[in-house]
Amino acid sequence: MDFDLPPETEEFRRVVRSFAEEVVRPVAEHYDARSEFPLEVVRQMGELGLFGLVLPERYGGADAEFITLCVAIEELARVDSSVAITLSAGVGLGAMPFLLFGSEDQKETWLPPMAAGEVLGAFGLTEASGGSDLSALRTVATRDGEEWVIDGSKAFITNAGTPLSKVVTVAAITGRSEGGKEMSSIAVAHGTPGFCVGREYRKLGWRASDTRELVFEGCRVPVTNLVGEQGSGYRNFLTILDGGRIAIGALAVGLAQGCLDESLRYARQRMAFGREIGAYQAVQFKLADMATKIAAARDQIYKAAWLRQQGRRYKAVASMAKLFASEVAMECAREAVQIHGGYGYIEEFPVARHFRDAKILEIGEGTSEVQRMLIARELGLPGAVPGS
Amino acid sequence: MPLNIAVCVKRVPDTAADKNLDPTDFTLRREPDESILNPVDEVAVEEALRLKEAHGGEVTVVTVGPEAALTKAARRALSMGCDKVVHLSDPVLHGSDAQAIAYALACVLRRGSYDLIVCGSESTDARTSLVPPALAEYLNLPGLFHARTVEVEGDRVRVQREADQGYDVIEGPLPAVVGINWGANEPRYPSFKGIQGAKNKPVESLTAADVGIESTRVGLAGSQSQVLGFAARSAERRRILVDNKDGNAHVKLADFLQEAKLI
Repeated sequence: MDFDLPPETEEFRRVVRSFAEEVVRPVAEHYDARSEFPLEVVRQMGELGLFGLVLPERYGGADAEFITLCVAIEELARVDSSVAITLSAGVGLGAMPFLLFGSEDQKETWLPPMAAGEVLGAFGLTEASGGSDLSALRTVATRDGEEWVIDGSKAFITNAGTPLSKVVTVAAITGRSEGGKEMSSIAVAHGTPGFCVGREYRKLGWRASDTRELVFEGCRVPVTNLVGEQGSGYRNFLTILDGGRIAIGALAVGLAQGCLDESLRYARQRMAFGREIGAYQAVQFKLADMATKIAAARDQIYKAAWLRQQGRRYKAVASMAKLFASEVAMECAREAVQIHGGYGYIEEFPVARHFRDAKILEIGEGTSEVQRMLIARELGLPGAVPGS
Repeated sequence: MPLNIAVCVKRVPDTAADKNLDPTDFTLRREPDESILNPVDEVAVEEALRLKEAHGGEVTVVTVGPEAALTKAARRALSMGCDKVVHLSDPVLHGSDAQAIAYALACVLRRGSYDLIVCGSESTDARTSLVPPALAEYLNLPGLFHARTVEVEGDRVRVQREADQGYDVIEGPLPAVVGINWGANEPRYPSFKGIQGAKNKPVESLTAADVGIESTRVGLAGSQSQVLGFAARSAERRRILVDNKDGNAHVKLADFLQEAKLI
C-alpha cells in the first residue's frame, strides 16, 4: 500500500505551484475581467512543457503518467480555473483524439506543435441540442469522392477560437447502421472553406478560457482526415470523455484548495468583535469541513487516475470522483465567499472568481445528473444512458 | 568556443520557512525538507545555462554540504539543465565561515579546468557576499562581481557591474570568477522532463581528503571568524506625517517610499 505520488510528480507539483503563483496569479484577474484569452501565459505554459506532459517523447512530449497532468491541472486551478481548463482541454480533447485514434500522419502533423503548446486542438462534439446525449448528434459528413463534406454546427467548444487554435476534431454522422447512426471523427483545420468559428460566449465563469460555436457549411476535407476508423466515433468519444472526467475532477480539487487557502488566510487576518474570525467556531467548522472534503475528493481523483494508468476499469470511479469533486468545489467556493463576507462578493479577492468558475464543474464533461445516471448503471440498475 | 562552466550553488532554508540557530554553536539549523536552492544561485544557474546555449560546452554544478545540498540544491540545478554535479560533503566542514567555504570550493574547483566560475552574489541565509571574491582570491583568478549581465567573447568576459545609481562595465580574461546579482535574469522553471532527467546525470561525491583540504582551515575551529552570539532584529514602528501645504504631498510620499526602498 502506498499513498505517495512519484517523487518527480511531487517535485513537478512544486514547480507548477510556483509557476501559478508567479506567472498566473498576477494576471488572472486582468484576463478574467476582460474575458480575454491569456496568450502570453499559455505560451509560457507551453515552454514549461505542460501541454506535452503525457504525450510520447517521439512527438516532443515527456511521457509522464496521467497523474502528473492531473497534479498540474490541480495546481493551476488552485489559482485560476481558466488556464487550467485551457490545459485540460488542450491535452484531453485536443491532442488525445489524434494520439489514441489518429493515423501516423495525423500524429506527426499535430502532436509535436500541440506538445510544445504552439497549437491548440479542440474537440467538436457537443451541439446546441445535445451534450451527453450523443444519439441526438446532427452534424453530418457525406462522402463525395475523396472528400468528406461536413454540414452542421457545434456548441460550447473549448479552445476553438484562440490565436493558437489550428484544428478541431469534429464528431459527425457518417452513415446509418443497424444500431442507428454511425458516428466518426474528422479533423478540420482552421481556415478550411466552409468552417466558421463563431463569436465567444459571454460566460458566468472560465472567462479567460475560449469557448465557441462552430459552423460547418459544405465544408470539404480529404477522406484521410478521418480520425480513427469510420464508425468508431461513439466508442472513441466515450474513451475521450472518461479521461476528461478525471481531469475536470482534478481541476475541481484545485479550485476547492484555492478556496480553502484564501479562506484560511482571510480568517487569520480579519478581525470581528475583537478577535480574528478564524477564532470563532462557526468559521473553524466551515474550514474543517472544507479541508475534510477536499482531502477525500483528492484521494478519489488520484485513485481514478491511478486505475486508468494501471489499465484497469475506472469508469465508475471516474464518475464518482468527478461528481464528488465538482460538488465539493461548488460547496467550498460558496463557503469561501461566505467567510469573506462582503469582500467575497466583490472582485477584490479571488474567491468571487472561484465562485463563478466553480459552477461549470457540475455541468461540463457530463453533468452531476449524468454522473449519477452512470453510477446507477454501474450498480446494475436499469438506465437510460446507452453505452455506459 | 565551447565553455567549460562551473556554477557554485548553496542550499538554503526555504525563504518561507522559519529560520533557527543552534544555540550551542550558533550555526543555522537546516531542516533537509525545507531546503531549497539559494534563489540567487538559481539566477547564476540560469546565466550559466544561457552562456552554454550561446557558446556550447557544459555546466558543472559544484556544491558543498550534507545530503540536502545534493538532493535539494544541486538536483534543482540539474533539472534546469546543468550537466553534472560535483558534491563535497564532509563533517569536518561543519560550521565553516564564508572564507573557509571559499577555500574548500577552491580546492574542488582546482581539480577541473573551468573557463568560467559562476556564483550567486549572496545567499538568502547568510548574506555575506564574501564567497565569490574569496574564491577568486584563493584561485588567483580575476573576479567580476555584482554582475547584472555577463557576456563572453573569445577569451574575455565582460559584465555590467551593478552600482548604486547605474552600472559599470568591466572586463577581464578567462578563466574568471563571476558573481551574479539577484534580478540579472528570470530563471527558467524545470520541466518534468528535466526533473526526470536529473536523476540520471552524473554526480561525483568527494570528501575533504579527496580534494586535499587541510582540516585545520575549515569547520568551526578552522574558521577565522567566529559567531559569538545572536539577537533578533527588533521591529520598529515609526510614524511619518507628510504635510500638503505646498500641494506636493504625493511627491514627498513617493520620495519617502523610494528612499526606504519600498517602491
